[in-house]
Parts: sequence; C-alpha cells; structure tokens
Amino acid sequence: MINKDLVIIGGGPAGLCAAKMAAEAGQSCLLIDRNRTLGGQLIKQTHMFFGSEKQFAKTRGIDIANKLVEDVRKHPDLIEIWDDATVVGLYQDKVITVLKNELYIKVQSKAVIISTGASEKVLAFENNDLPGIYGAGAVQTLMNVYGVKPGSRIVMVGSGNIGLIVSYQLMQAGVRVLSIIEASPKIGGYKVHASKIRRLGIDIVTSCTIKKAIGTEAVEKIVTVKLDEKWNEVPGSEKEYEVDAVCIAVGLTPLTNLQSMIGSEMKYISELGGLVPVIYPNHETSIENIFSCGDASGIEEASSAIVEGYITGLLASKKLGNVHPRYDELMDEYNTQLNNLRNGPFGDKILNGLKKQGA
Amino acid sequence: MRLRIKEHPILNFEEEKKVIHFTFNNLPVTGYEGDTIASALHALGIKKLSESSHWKRPRGFYCAIGNCSSCSMIVDGEPNVRTCITLLKEGMDVRVQTNKGEIHDK
Ligand SMILES: Cc1cc2nc3c(=O)[nH]c(=O)nc-3n(C[C@H](O)[C@H](O)[C@H](O)COP(=O)(O)OP(=O)(O)OC[C@H]3O[C@@H](n4cnc5c(N)ncnc54)[C@H](O)[C@@H]3O)c2cc1C
Ligand code: FES
Repeated sequence: MINKDLVIIGGGPAGLCAAKMAAEAGQSCLLIDRNRTLGGQLIKQTHMFFGSEKQFAKTRGIDIANKLVEDVRKHPDLIEIWDDATVVGLYQDKVITVLKNELYIKVQSKAVIISTGASEKVLAFENNDLPGIYGAGAVQTLMNVYGVKPGSRIVMVGSGNIGLIVSYQLMQAGVRVLSIIEASPKIGGYKVHASKIRRLGIDIVTSCTIKKAIGTEAVEKIVTVKLDEKWNEVPGSEKEYEVDAVCIAVGLTPLTNLQSMIGSEMKYISELGGLVPVIYPNHETSIENIFSCGDASGIEEASSAIVEGYITGLLASKKLGNVHPRYDELMDEYNTQLNNLRNGPFGDKILNGLKKQGA
Repeated sequence: MRLRIKEHPILNFEEEKKVIHFTFNNLPVTGYEGDTIASALHALGIKKLSESSHWKRPRGFYCAIGNCSSCSMIVDGEPNVRTCITLLKEGMDVRVQTNKGEIHDK
C-alpha cells in the first residue's frame, strides 16, 4: 500500500488546476489520469475557446491544455503524476485502486478530488449499434489525436456547441458533413458557431431526428424524420442520406462511477447533465474529504472547470492543514470569476441546477 | 490509408511516422507508430471490431476513450482488450471477438 495525502483523479482542466493550487499551498498530491496525455477534453479542441480572457478565451483548447500541464510540471517535488493509469475503485476508507501497467496498485489517501469529467450520451434509434455510428468525442479523438477521418460522408445529430464545433472540425479534416439535424425547433449552440457552419454550406435542419440506420457490417444509410410541435414524427417526411459515418452529439453526462461507488449522496439534475453528487459548501461530497469538481459534478465548460479546480485545490489543501499564502484573496477572486461565467448565455440553467445540487 | 488526414489547417499530420506491422484476422496489415489498434484499423476502413455476444450483431467503437467496451477484440490471444486505448505494437495479432471472451483463451 502506497500512502498519499491528497489524490486527484482525472487530469483534465479541473484536476490540473486543483493540483496547481495544492502545490502552491505547499500540499503534495498524486495526480492520476487514464490517458497517456494530460489535458482531458482540451487535447482534442482545435478551435479558439469562448468565455472570458481570464480562462484563456480566444486560445485553442490544445494550447490551453499545454499551458495548464506546464503549470503542473513546475512542481515536480510536490505533484507526482501517474498517466496511463485508471482508477478502478474508491472505497470508504479512502483506499484507491489503480490499474497501471497491468498491475493493481493500492493507494491509501487522506483526501480525494474527483475530476473525472464526463461521458457521452447515446440516442435510441433502430440499429444505433452499427459500426460507423460514433459519439462526437470519439470522432474528435480519431481526427484530432490520431489523424484519422471517421468517414467521408457524415451526418451530425445534435446542434449544441459540440455538434457545431465538431462539424466544423470535420470539414477542416476534409470530411463532407451532409447535414446537421436537431430534434428541437431551435439550434442549441451559440449563434456564432451556427453562422460559421452555414457559411460553409452545411444545412442545419431543426425539428428533425434520426429514425433508423441501415447497413450490414457498418452504417450505409440513415433515415431522418421531421417532428411536429409535440415531438411526434411527421408521416411522409422521411429523408434518406447515404453516409459512411454518423456522429451523435446529444450531450454529456457526468462520469460519476467513483462518487457512486464510495456511496456519496447523488441526485438527478437534468440542468447539470444527469446524475450528480450533492455538493457541500466547501466542494466536498456527502463524504468528508471526498471532493468533486469540473464536469464530474455537473456539465459546464472548460472555463468553469478551471476555476472550480482552483477553488477545490485551495479548499482541499486547507482541510489537510496547508493554507495557501493568498488563500482569502484567491478565493474571492475565483468565486467572482465563477459568478461572472455563470452570468453568460447558459448561466440561468446552470445556476438553477446548482441550487438543486447544494446540500 | 484512405482515411488518413493529410492536410489540416491547424494540426500537423505530415511528419513521416514509423510503420507498424500487425495482423488482423491473420491478414498482414500496417498502421503507424502512435496509433491505437482501433485507429489503425479504422484508417484501413475496418469498422467491425467485434460481434455482440448474443445476437452476433457487428460492433465498432463508440467512445474511443475506454468508457464503453464497444471496441473489445482479441489481442495476442487475450480477449476483451479495449482497442481504442491500446497502443498498436509491432507484430500484434488482432482478431474480431465473437463471444464474451474466456479467460483460458490466452
Ligand atoms: C467539442 C467540444 C468543444 C468544447 N468547447 C469548449 C469551449 O469552447 N469553451 C469551453 O469553456 N469549454 C468547451 N468544452 C467543454 C470542456 O472541454 C469541458 O467542460 C472540460 O474539459 C471539463 O473539464 P474536466 O477537467 O472537468 O473534465 P475532462 O476534460 O473531461 O477531464 C477528465 C479527465 O479525467 C480522466 N479520467 C476519467 N476517469 C478516470 C479514471 N477512472 N481514472 C483516471 N483518470 C480518469 C480522463 O482521462 C480525463 O483526462 C468543449 C467540449 C467539447 C467536447
Ligand atoms: S470505444 Fe468505448 S471503450 Fe473503446
């Protein structure tokens, strides 16, 4: 058994920022990520981020990731990093089991920050299990990490920011996006992204969903159908597309296996993407010294994950007896930043969700 | 190599990478260093990675980050390997998995 005071699970923006603050407070920690590259979702984002200057808006996601990782690597004496290591268990006595190099390793911790991010939602339709039907994250990973196109003719399902941005990235990689379909009567994402897409000549069809996929070994065709105001299919409005890939971008849901496993109190809050841990004022879950931040406790954005990470890092180190020399000042600053972020276009929804999430 | 991105306005994929030889269902094929098994197969146009254990429906990958197990294959005799997060290595023997995978397959 290895002993570590603070363990941070997940090295996306939230986890990286928590580690940075802990180190600045003089708190040592172990940062674990199952990926070979730290940075979480950011390593696939080639677009310039929206949000505020303070959280790197107008910088490409991949460059933000590099910057945050650099910050963490400045403290090799205090931050130990395990990459390519998956946390598979978290127990009430705060023992963590990790799968690394085909070995199970046990770590006894005093406090844990869970910042495991999110997983993608799936959509129910006939033959939705055919190869070639991929989540938006998978399409991004394939293109932007491995340099492989998901197909040559694709239909995007979902017009939230992710659907719009990934459509743009597909075009950049030389893939033809035939159409973006959206079940609701309104485009979900920001207008700037939608306009950019339309300028490329991609059609965005609202009040429309995917009815079924057709194919033997992989998807060859899909059938879409229009929806009326009551979300019922409009007979005769079916349309066929010949495709070799379909991208499903219907939202994310927090990855909360670890919070559930340790038995922290959970709630279903649709505004935050589904099942989330109840969060106490100092960012702890219902179990003392188990903290949670970023998408893993409610789907927001990288900007808020960054700030939540800083805050949680400060709080967790303080709890372990290491108070950051500028604790009060930084807490004020970051809380103000979070409030400002949540005043943005999607802020009301998030604030509503957070109200339900608080203990 | 028809699905490899050659030109990209932001990312650089032009650099020559080392070729990795492996077999897919006994067929000799190649990928590049840095590929996962799934990305190398996808680049070759191979999308079906396994069959569902009960109805034998074709399965490809879905999440590409190790969450869903939709990409399980038999690699060097070991079943249930999540090929979307497993790096490709020289000489690997990769096979479509058509059952739940038995421990003694290895
Ligand atoms: C297409 C797209 C575009 C986006 N555009 C923007 C934008 O313009 N502006 C913006 O602010 N936000 C944007 N976002 C959102 C942003 O990327 C996320 O909100 C942010 O990355 C969340 O950070 P996180 O640290 O909470 O989680 P993630 O970034 O998801 O990181 C979680 C990390 O945890 C690791 N992990 C998970 N489980 C385990 C485990 N069991 N053991 C070990 N490690 C584990 C994962 O490997 C991952 O590295 C976008 C997202 C997408 C998909
Ligand atoms: S595709 Fe989901 S685990 Fe590999």
